[in-house]
Amino acid sequence: MNTTIMLFLVQDGITNGAIYALLGLALVLVFAVTRVILIPQGEFVTYGALTYASLAAGQMPGTAKLALALGIGAFAFDLFVARKALHGRLVVRSFITNIVLPAIVLALTIYFAAQKPPVAVCIALSLVIVAMIGLYLYRIAFQPLAHTSVLVLLIASVGVHLALQGLGLLFFGAEGQRGPAVLSGAFTAGALRFTGQSITVYAITIAFIVGLWLFFGLTLYGKALRATAVNRLGARLAGIRTTLSGQIAFLLASVIGALSGIMIVPITTLYYDSGFLIGLKGFVAAIIGGLVSYPLTAVAALVVGIVEAFSSFYASNYKEVIVFMLLIPVLLLRSLAAPAVEEEKD
Amino acid sequence: MSALLSVTDAHVAYGKVEAVRSVSLEVGANQIVTIVGANGAGKTTLLSAIMGILPLKGRVAFAGQDLARLDIEDRVAMGLGLVPEHRELFVTMNVEDNLELGAFRIERSRAKSSIERVYALFPRLKERRKQLAGTLSGGEQQMLAMGRALMGEPKLLMLDEPSLGLAPIIVADIFRIITELRASGVSVLLVEQNAQAALKIADQAYVMELGEFVLSGKASDIAANERVAASYLGFQHEGASVL
Repeated sequence: MNTTIMLFLVQDGITNGAIYALLGLALVLVFAVTRVILIPQGEFVTYGALTYASLAAGQMPGTAKLALALGIGAFAFDLFVARKALHGRLVVRSFITNIVLPAIVLALTIYFAAQKPPVAVCIALSLVIVAMIGLYLYRIAFQPLAHTSVLVLLIASVGVHLALQGLGLLFFGAEGQRGPAVLSGAFTAGALRFTGQSITVYAITIAFIVGLWLFFGLTLYGKALRATAVNRLGARLAGIRTTLSGQIAFLLASVIGALSGIMIVPITTLYYDSGFLIGLKGFVAAIIGGLVSYPLTAVAALVVGIVEAFSSFYASNYKEVIVFMLLIPVLLLRSLAAPAVEEEKD
Repeated sequence: MSALLSVTDAHVAYGKVEAVRSVSLEVGANQIVTIVGANGAGKTTLLSAIMGILPLKGRVAFAGQDLARLDIEDRVAMGLGLVPEHRELFVTMNVEDNLELGAFRIERSRAKSSIERVYALFPRLKERRKQLAGTLSGGEQQMLAMGRALMGEPKLLMLDEPSLGLAPIIVADIFRIITELRASGVSVLLVEQNAQAALKIADQAYVMELGEFVLSGKASDIAANERVAASYLGFQHEGASVL
């Protein structure tokens, strides 16, 4: 193999790895705060990507309707839980966030879908739609189970994944889609060619990581999220609502997922079920990071991306197998290093 | 004057086992009330239930409002604070962040002045402000846990075994600070195995045995009670040491 090919593969690997890093970080975040292993993360990717691609092609994405439907569900949950102590402010607030907001977004989506909107509008709408879906899913599927075991939460997570994947088929069909590049143009440096799209991927990934770092390190809400991850009871005793932390975590995860999808879809054709495999690779990185370490997850994601690039060059039939095999030595090492864990009691 | 906290006929159960049976108590404004009793008497269980961590059968009212439908966070917002036995600190965060989060529901401008008050009360915390909570000594962690609870501006602070496992000199410090809290208008409900020290600073006291209150009254009277002296204060009738 010559150096040029190697450089190409490394470059390709880093581009993919950057996406996996974002997804891995989101998984670690959601798990640390809510103990949910977020299998539907991949669906956030496809929903973001395909909503973006549909809008850019002038089609009405079904996800906007789904957001409203889930919002109505979330509103009903809010009312049911507060049924014994209903007061006006609570009802109005819940109505605005769960029904008025998605209704406005749906109206905007219908309006813009008819006239092939500019890229920036497509991105903004896709992000908002998927963010709302993430938020309402937390309210409907995970918040009522917040006190249960990790296993129950995992089962719910798998259920949500299957449901979203089925709905994805309904909304977007079995055909793959591609979206327009966020940034067109390209330049070459030596043998390497950098497209606007890959630069966008690097820039957004770095911006997001720095942004998250600032959010967690400096803001009160970021610290509250960390506090919930470190000590749930301690956080509640400080007056930090676990549900608020969960909402922020899901909001961040769905935005990260959608953004990743929007960045990938100009490079690769995505199908309604492509997200699962992409999310799973973020998951591999998160596992290598022990589901707790953010820096280790980011580094592991780059390794996953590069290994994937090289294995698709040498043994493309086995590339997934090789990537997932990375887990085996890591898990072995971890199981040797960690003391026996007792059955979780909650 | 009505009590700040009043618990009426409270029962707390773990499954079928009743850990607290038919307990009633009151804490008035500017009072230190202590619950003394042996290990396993149900003291921690009672505090957890008052805070809303465990379900409680019976009536709990705080500042005249029934707490039945309120969760932990609402109770914190009303001015009820708990420093649990295990302290529940954010161990991977520094002292200042722990304190800042204690004032999560308080206006930012007020939180700034609260943090100075806490530092005045616990100068040691100010010295260690950038140190991770998990690396503090036991005494410092207790101070931080109390400081974090005080950041939420509680009207009533419940302390669960604040002296447990601490050196005598730090215990004295902590008990001194508890009396200072009363002077500054914070009521305290104190659960202690160190009955002697607790009874010395308390106004009212309850003695708990096997999930029930067996005695209650003014702390000085309880301290003088022969049975209490024999069981909890380490003295027998004739003045001989139990040991």
